[in-house]
Amino acid sequence: MNKLNTKIPDGPVAEKWTKHKNKIRLVNAANKTKLDIIVVGTGLAGASAASSLGELGYNVKAFCFQDSPRRAHSVAAQGGINAAKNYKNDGDSIDRLFYDIMKGGDFRAREAFVYRSAEVSNFVIDQLTAAGVPFAREYSGYLDNRSFGGVQVSRTFYAKGATGQQCLLGAYSGLIRQMSLGKVTLYSRRDMLDVVIIDGKARGIITRNLVTGEIERHSAHAVVLATGGYGTIYYLSTLAVGSNASAAWAAHKKGAFFSNPSFVQIHPTSLPQLNDYQAKLTLMSESLRNDGRIWVPKQKGEKRHPNEIPEEERDYYLERMYPAYGNLAPRDISSRAAKERCDAGYGVGKTGMSVYLDFKDSIAKKGKKVIESKYGNLFELYEKITGENPYEEPMRIYPAGHYTMGGLWVDYNLMTSIDGLYSIGESNFSDHGANRLGAGSLMQCGSDGYFVLPVTIGDYLADDIKTGKIPTNHAAFEEAEKHARDKIIKLLSVNGKQTVTSFHKRLGKIMWDYCGMVRNEEGLKKALKLLSELKEEFWKDVKVPGTMDELNQELEKAVKVADFFELARLMCQDALNRKESCGAHFRDESQTPNGEAQRIDEEYSYIATWEYTGEDKDHNLHKEPLEFECVKPKARSY
Amino acid sequence: MNLTLKIWRQKNAKAKGSFVTYKLEGASQEMSFLEMLDYLNTTLIKKGEDPVAFEHDCREGICGTCSLYINGRAHGQDSMSATCELRMSRYKDGDTIVIEPWRAKAFPVIKDLIVDRLAFEKILEAGGFISANAGAAPEANSIPVPREHADKAFDAASCIGCGACVSACKNASAQLFIASKVSQLALLPQGRAEAKSRARNMIAKADELGFGSCTNTGACEVECPKGISLAHIARLNREFLKATL
Ligand code: SF4
Ligand code: FES
Repeated sequence: MNKLNTKIPDGPVAEKWTKHKNKIRLVNAANKTKLDIIVVGTGLAGASAASSLGELGYNVKAFCFQDSPRRAHSVAAQGGINAAKNYKNDGDSIDRLFYDIMKGGDFRAREAFVYRSAEVSNFVIDQLTAAGVPFAREYSGYLDNRSFGGVQVSRTFYAKGATGQQCLLGAYSGLIRQMSLGKVTLYSRRDMLDVVIIDGKARGIITRNLVTGEIERHSAHAVVLATGGYGTIYYLSTLAVGSNASAAWAAHKKGAFFSNPSFVQIHPTSLPQLNDYQAKLTLMSESLRNDGRIWVPKQKGEKRHPNEIPEEERDYYLERMYPAYGNLAPRDISSRAAKERCDAGYGVGKTGMSVYLDFKDSIAKKGKKVIESKYGNLFELYEKITGENPYEEPMRIYPAGHYTMGGLWVDYNLMTSIDGLYSIGESNFSDHGANRLGAGSLMQCGSDGYFVLPVTIGDYLADDIKTGKIPTNHAAFEEAEKHARDKIIKLLSVNGKQTVTSFHKRLGKIMWDYCGMVRNEEGLKKALKLLSELKEEFWKDVKVPGTMDELNQELEKAVKVADFFELARLMCQDALNRKESCGAHFRDESQTPNGEAQRIDEEYSYIATWEYTGEDKDHNLHKEPLEFECVKPKARSY
Repeated sequence: MNLTLKIWRQKNAKAKGSFVTYKLEGASQEMSFLEMLDYLNTTLIKKGEDPVAFEHDCREGICGTCSLYINGRAHGQDSMSATCELRMSRYKDGDTIVIEPWRAKAFPVIKDLIVDRLAFEKILEAGGFISANAGAAPEANSIPVPREHADKAFDAASCIGCGACVSACKNASAQLFIASKVSQLALLPQGRAEAKSRARNMIAKADELGFGSCTNTGACEVECPKGISLAHIARLNREFLKATL
């Protein structure tokens, strides 16, 4: 079997999806009721998939580690959700949205996938609106849009700064409805520990009930992972503290290939770390860069208060280095520039790891009122956290890990390389190439969950209408359960001296330093060595208190950190392999004379897809060449 | 800074809980409240004691997971903020802080400071949605919504489902939570078709689940981290009346 058959249909890119839908097999309504589907994760992708599958008649079991699906991390997306409605009559179209995503991804995504999500995007907005999502409106009563992420058109729908929350709650309400109708059964407070494979097909999962500690078996005809991203590998990131890679990683170890694992988007405007106990970084909306000027002192190790530093002793480095874009330089460029200045010793704040974002000039020019009306809530948030008033003194910001473009490999049906195992939303790698366009993640989640997966999954399940219930007493369940239990027992029995969190912090620091914003061969090799040493130390000296038969938050964390060690190794291997810079992946060795990312299309115009070969072993690399029929890869210029 | 913490400890749902006092040294004003608890837990683990179980996830006030009753106030003393947004700069050296879980019959304690809020899901199941199947939605701009209504609907929809309103209410009523959903959907034309049954069914469900009834004390509005206003309860009452007429 060729595991990497992308199943992308022939024909012009604009016709592929329609053609595919018309050709694939379907399951009739009566037969759907004989089929069970497990959906793991209840963010926008998981909740919309679970509810849509329930509406179609399948029996759905939905799982989440939170107490309620409404808390999944989609809730925190701020900016908005893209769609090619062209409501502004500003020349937007599916083609243009498609092109912007391809370009934003630095030409490292598959055309057919990107086109499809652009094509479906309009229906996502219709669906969410019908579900009662209170998107922003104009005085006419029609939907408002804004321009976001440096594109030339206004196509981003939003609900104040809480678009993710509102979209998630819309999808969640659909899920709730299917629960009330008995088509979806919710299993909350569950961690997925493993996927169960019978005769080469995904037939169930092993979970741990986080309240009782019980290890459970759940069977189904197909399994969908909608388990989000793994930016928490850096310990400090903008993600919710509970976000993790464990479900995807378990699937990977069972044979699901993992693509472009090192592609991580760094967000340029997060609050800097304030103390050693900090558990996460808070995102400040990027829109602040519209009126704030970014600078550091010209003097290394400057100790004066920023307001006492005269104008001529400030280095507005973005304006200096990228005069055309200035403070609005793209995310990766401004992130790297901040790191460069801080590493060179010009950073500010107690730790020296932050830069100033100054509103002094804007306030002088436009007045405090105008600035307040635009950013009032953000300024308040900032003051609440730091105790500093941004009207009076500059904010301090620093980049933070944000979104993982890498993820499980999927074909055009969103199926992984394991039959019957699907991956949607951020947990797959499919739509964003080497960097994600702003307001693109909610769009992909809604497309995958509402409109793509519910159709494509039928093509596979059409073979299962006579299968009958999958029993959970099969040897494969036995074995997977034992495997999961053994790992937990092993973690508990180490009984060392150091806390799980202390290991996570050290792991995160290695990844941030060597596999974060800037990578190079020497650093990545060093990281691999440090990681393997730290992993060994973890398994010798970690302290996990309590037992497995109770609510045990330290144990939950330990399972996740143990997996992060393995994923971290793969991320470094992937970053080492890709000697070019592209999108958010920046290799020191591959840059233009003025320090910008230099793609090497002749050698690296492929998706790097990795096959697991055993613990602590190098993965096998499968290269999937990228073919461009519609777009021509171009170099970026700023 | 040094603190005295009086924390509710309870091994599981069946166990009898009690307050345990901890002396915490070396906390910093730069910490968030939850980071202070992380710090406490690190010291407990190092001493071989069981860490305090508490819930949190986004730590930026949007997911509604965090839920602590601090010195007699749901989400602590700050208005318009969730526990995860509370900073230790609001406390000073030598302070005593009492930390309890939400207290309500419908929210049983699972462990220490963690309660079970599944009852909220059950209330929503009774009607907190619009019955719109994927694929059946009309073009989004085919139904204009007056901006004023859309804005009000957004305010109502910003509820994070934390349960502070219930915990702050002497009757343990879920009225503000219900109102936020009913009001959001009542304000939008898409939600009108099912408006009648929605209010009636959700309130009936809450009664059945053991939430108390609303006597308009307003404590919920004060503690709600999202500032959901009592005006939404007024709208809920109107919807309820219409449904029973
Ligand atoms: S109404 Fe306010 S206090 Fe009640 S659950 Fe919603 S956000 Fe929390
Ligand atoms: S942890 Fe998400 S609201 Fe407090």
